[in-house]
Amino acid sequence: MTTTTATELAALLDRVRAGRDFGPNVYSTLDVLQVLYDRVLRVTPATVDDPDRDRFLLSKGHAVAGYYALLAARGFLPADWLDDQGGPASRLGDHPDRLLVPGVEIGSGSLGHGLGLGVGTALGLRAQGRTDPRVYVLLGDAELDEGANHEAIAYAGATGLGNLTAIVVDNRSATYGWPGGAASRFTVNGWTAATVDGHDHDALHTALTGHDHHRPHVVVAAVADGE
Amino acid sequence: MRDAFVTSAGEVLADPRSTIVLADISAAAFAPAAARYPERVVNVGIREQLMIGVAGGLALTGQRPIVHSYAPFLVERAYEQIKLDLDHQGVGAVLVGIGASYDRAAAGRTHLAPADVALLDTLDGWTVHVPGHPDEVRPLLRAAVCGTGSAYLRLSTQVNTVAYPEAGDLRVVRDAGPGAPLLVAVGPVLDAALDAVADRPVTVAFTHRPRPFDTAGLRALAGAEVILVEPYLAGTSTRVVADALADRPHRLLALGVGRAELRRYGAPEDHDRWHGLDAAGLRRSVDAFLDPA
Repeated sequence: MTTTTATELAALLDRVRAGRDFGPNVYSTLDVLQVLYDRVLRVTPATVDDPDRDRFLLSKGHAVAGYYALLAARGFLPADWLDDQGGPASRLGDHPDRLLVPGVEIGSGSLGHGLGLGVGTALGLRAQGRTDPRVYVLLGDAELDEGANHEAIAYAGATGLGNLTAIVVDNRSATYGWPGGAASRFTVNGWTAATVDGHDHDALHTALTGHDHHRPHVVVAAVADGE
Repeated sequence: MRDAFVTSAGEVLADPRSTIVLADISAAAFAPAAARYPERVVNVGIREQLMIGVAGGLALTGQRPIVHSYAPFLVERAYEQIKLDLDHQGVGAVLVGIGASYDRAAAGRTHLAPADVALLDTLDGWTVHVPGHPDEVRPLLRAAVCGTGSAYLRLSTQVNTVAYPEAGDLRVVRDAGPGAPLLVAVGPVLDAALDAVADRPVTVAFTHRPRPFDTAGLRALAGAEVILVEPYLAGTSTRVVADALADRPHRLLALGVGRAELRRYGAPEDHDRWHGLDAAGLRRSVDAFLDPA
């Protein structure tokens, strides 16, 4: 599979940015998104409706600029769309809408919805006997504050939902932190977990493919505080 | 109605698209279905946010979720999940609530949900079924599951003596002739409404589908006076009726459950009386409306 170069991505991101300042949350997710779309997810613009595709659910919907840039780089949406992000005729809002953007699996923005939707998606695939596709949900460490996540973490762990991977981009932005590490909130409920440098592509790839197919898996992508 | 739902839901599971999502409530009743279809009877435990989120995810894969709990936990506790995990994702589910407004009167405020239909009415495109008899449940559930949009079935322990399975559109139960005041009874309030106007020339029409409301039927039946009797928050359908009759001079009386928290227990029949929804209370309201002092 071809990879998205940092230069290419930066150029696309600049088109979304259009002179504005991005918060650290945009940059903190870029490497994870690159590794996912370049090396992990089995989905292409031609298979966005294939029931056997992998699903990527961006739960922290505000981290959208890099997401749009990546989707453009991989051909899911025309790069022209990036130039008018948020405009009155644009399909690209400050949070993504699955009905407006090809390749976007869920509309998100309100925190704490992605993991529940991911659990349901994983259950639906299982009910249909689709054992191949995998469901990946990207969250932030501050988003973990939302109680809805903990309903999903406990249930997925208890039922051994082995086709589900959560990715927590941890820039230590949760107001009260996660003493003992974000991963411990998952492992106590029976998930497998890996905590890696959120900018190290090889480490991310190893962690993202490190699931055992019997239990849900979490990858904590650690980046600099507030990044 | 709950038993009719459990039986009917077990039948619709024969369709491999159907998936039941529970949050412990009625899990024991669904144990036989769960044993037969372990992948498609999902009990998430006491987790109502997850229950709706899971329904949204299932629907995204093409499954048809049937989601069930007590009305306050199903509709009110996870309202944002209903708005975002279903509607905003462009997918649908069939929500089946029990408890209605005050079936569990002795349980107190936590288990009462008179505002459920009004709350869903803030959303777009929902079908709301309020059966008045257990025999109406099966066809309504089957039709809802066969559709693709979102639907809410509001089940109650309060029932009418006669079932009208086909009464999605307004069905005239008692015809007082042209120009008579029209009383529309929604779901299980029909018997009390019929008693209330037994000796008055009032046409009584019944529906178990307040959304979408049969506005064409309403326009065909309504004269200058319309009385709405609903088993949930009073005035929930006022907007719909007023819009449907906007081009006609008319008077509207909207009866239903009051907003005030009574802080009283007792039985559903007691709450009927306190909210003026028993036959005597309805009669008082109708008399005052039709024979103003």
